[in-house]
Amino acid sequence: MPVSTANSRVIYDALKNGGIRLVSALPETWLVHLIRMAEDDPEMTLVRLAKEEEGVGISAGAHLAGVKSAMLMQNHGFLASVNGIVSCAQLYRIPLLMLISYRGEFGERDPWQTEGGGVTEDLLRALRIPFVSLDRADHVATRVRKAQTLAQSANRPVALLLCRDLMWEEG
Amino acid sequence: MKRADALAAVYPQLGDVVVVTIMGAVAAELQSIGHRPNFFYLQHAMGLASSMGLGIALARPEKTVVVFDGDGSILMNLGGLTTLARYRPKNLVHVVFDNESLLSVGGFPTATATGSDIAAMAAAAGVPRTATVRTLDEFTKAFTEAMRAGELSTTVAKVEAVGPAAFVTDLALLENRFEFQRWLRTH
Repeated sequence: MPVSTANSRVIYDALKNGGIRLVSALPETWLVHLIRMAEDDPEMTLVRLAKEEEGVGISAGAHLAGVKSAMLMQNHGFLASVNGIVSCAQLYRIPLLMLISYRGEFGERDPWQTEGGGVTEDLLRALRIPFVSLDRADHVATRVRKAQTLAQSANRPVALLLCRDLMWEEG
Repeated sequence: MKRADALAAVYPQLGDVVVVTIMGAVAAELQSIGHRPNFFYLQHAMGLASSMGLGIALARPEKTVVVFDGDGSILMNLGGLTTLARYRPKNLVHVVFDNESLLSVGGFPTATATGSDIAAMAAAAGVPRTATVRTLDEFTKAFTEAMRAGELSTTVAKVEAVGPAAFVTDLALLENRFEFQRWLRTH
């Protein structure tokens, strides 16, 4: 499976360095290494979800209780979480850190991923969620840190798009 | 059994525990009994009160977390029951007030009106302690035992489909949110 282990490690280390201690996740191909890293890390609480929207509630609870968290999901999981994002995280000003695997970009071979890819950025804009792409290993640490900083100062959700060039080694 | 009476009956047990409620009648009735800084009312995002309770319970394993849920809300997040059961936090007491209807939006029946059994679904999901209760005495006893049990529970309380005259209270959503956060971080 050509999902990049090395770049998954760079992302995971950035989350750890940012003090993230709880990660909610629903498996998807590009996230397998990140989920395993969370599973193998005794300092991390991994919450496996049935559906991504649950993760919004879990992160909101963890935040109010003083634990920093992140959500790992595919962009289709983001689409499935919209009401929770709007009427829990935005209504109650929760600094949600969402790492969204950006399927359906240029280079996508799976036909079923292409519609979600086409609406992801427009939906983020419609929801006024600040976002930035992670597409090279050398800017991951900085962008994760800055995303967390903005989420916490604004008390609002932010998104990092995990792009094909970072996550997939076949090109 | 009326939900307001059930809340009043267990209110003395809600002094030093974390309480998360759903929107609508549950939030308004608990506030009418008496708001406390350890109460958080999720006034939208139907289905996520139980998920918020799970997040708090995992983050603060030494605190008891009580979630007052409803049939309409939990039916929107049945998968969440499997997540609760998977991590089965010992400090989470999940109560579902089941009035078999969506009371605050016209009283239309939910699927529990035609036989869907939330306690059975919770048990099948793997929640170790479940019960359905129909009287105030049964509810008070089941809640008190759940608070002492030291294991995840889902207690379904069958209640009448009656609620308060109004749902909007004078407690602003964000005031509640920041007060609750401050309480959690200082207790």
